[in-house]
Amino acid sequence: MTPFAHRHLLGIADLSANEIVQILDLSDTFLEISERAIKKVPTLRGKTVINLFLEASTRTRTSFEIAAKRLSADAVNISGSTSSTTKGETLLDTARNLQAMRPDVIVLRHTASGAPHFIAAHVDAAVINAGDGTHEHPTQALLDCATIRKHKGRVDGLTIAICGDIAHSRVARSDVLALGKLGAKVRLAAPRTMLPIGIETLGAEVYDRMEPAIEGADVVMMLRIQKERLDGAGLFPNTREYSRYFGLGLRMATHLKPDAILMHPGPINRGIELDPALADGTRSVILDQVTHGVGVRMALLYLLAGGSAEN
Amino acid sequence: MRRARKETPLVARRQLADSAAMARALRRMAHEMVEKNPDESLILVGIRSGGVPLAERLRGHIKEIAGAKAPELGAIDITLYRDDIFEGLPKPEVGSTELPSSIVGRTVVLVDDVLYTGRTIRAALDALMDFGRPRRVELAVLIDRGHRELPIQPDYVGMTEKTTRNESVQVALAELGAEDGVLLLERVRP
Repeated sequence: MTPFAHRHLLGIADLSANEIVQILDLSDTFLEISERAIKKVPTLRGKTVINLFLEASTRTRTSFEIAAKRLSADAVNISGSTSSTTKGETLLDTARNLQAMRPDVIVLRHTASGAPHFIAAHVDAAVINAGDGTHEHPTQALLDCATIRKHKGRVDGLTIAICGDIAHSRVARSDVLALGKLGAKVRLAAPRTMLPIGIETLGAEVYDRMEPAIEGADVVMMLRIQKERLDGAGLFPNTREYSRYFGLGLRMATHLKPDAILMHPGPINRGIELDPALADGTRSVILDQVTHGVGVRMALLYLLAGGSAEN
Repeated sequence: MRRARKETPLVARRQLADSAAMARALRRMAHEMVEKNPDESLILVGIRSGGVPLAERLRGHIKEIAGAKAPELGAIDITLYRDDIFEGLPKPEVGSTELPSSIVGRTVVLVDDVLYTGRTIRAALDALMDFGRPRRVELAVLIDRGHRELPIQPDYVGMTEKTTRNESVQVALAELGAEDGVLLLERVRP
């Protein structure tokens, strides 16, 4: 195995296909630990992981915390509402203060795209991007790849449709990159108002109707309507119309390939982008995505916490 | 920062055991295990990677012994339990651990090819305990080359060889794509 050559994980854009596969393989091994009676190994004993979440999150933060604890690292959680950023501290000052406490890994979620890159330049700790603005969410893409690989046996050669608010979705961006690197064909379906300019350059096919996008797709990934980022931008007339044309309801589901699996990064707006019957149905692998999230994050902490990568 | 570790080349010095000697040693060890644990179904747990085929062979020998209960097999990967995992070496590959349904209350025999510092066995004991509380844990090694750094003793030894720290012992196994044999190698200064 070639050593992992990165000091930080800031985005899928920095990873090669081989490195992604290396992370997925490690993740499968680490998932086995979650099945044991004693769900803990001593590997990262004495390492400190700071989860700095300056934007709301339960799934990702809990997943990172559990991943750290199963590897025996000490995990400290800082959330937006309890951090000094509410008192006006700048991100740089926050980062420097955290660095002064000598953490080994800082996991950062931030509303500003590029925030993890910024602090990576100012701290010695390894930085993991847990979602930055509308830029990237690499660990979500990795866990999506892990889930697809488990259910379909491969990623290479599959057709994957990602539907919904692509413009505001860092998940979509990271997924397009990761799936593309692994050899999948990615289709994006969204109203034109929700497709960023130049998205085709990432190598995905763009559809402005959902039916042809999900027709024949092996995997359909629904994205959340991000109400907190829309703030009255008027990107679609109303939720009901959006749901009818770009939501995966029971009528739309008749276009699905018989063995297509359904994914969603969560949290789900039930009844808007995804019908509850489908979210809880046999095609849904949504909870499996959450399970794989722990494995993928354990793999990354293992690869990055030692600080042994060349730099 | 990565600590540079200079690997000096290893040169083969002599063969410590050939295929026949290895088979004899393993057969004797199998008999000793049955003698020490009569009427008991052992769990033979090979330490990855060299110990796994040896555990399988030991099981084969035990099954040939009249009246002996067939042991169960397991494999353990100690990577995540190593004490040198962040010593600046490239991250080792993590293998899987597969144990029979439960080791609680059973007699487990850890099987490894070479016993040297004892650190691998320490890690294997820690890993094993995370899966339950065995009644007893024993240790079987094909070759003991000395230089222990921890208070660890084998219960079954195929052969003992006095070595220097400059030397290295390699167990070649047919299962791992080589001809059976135990080799003594020496690190040569360039």
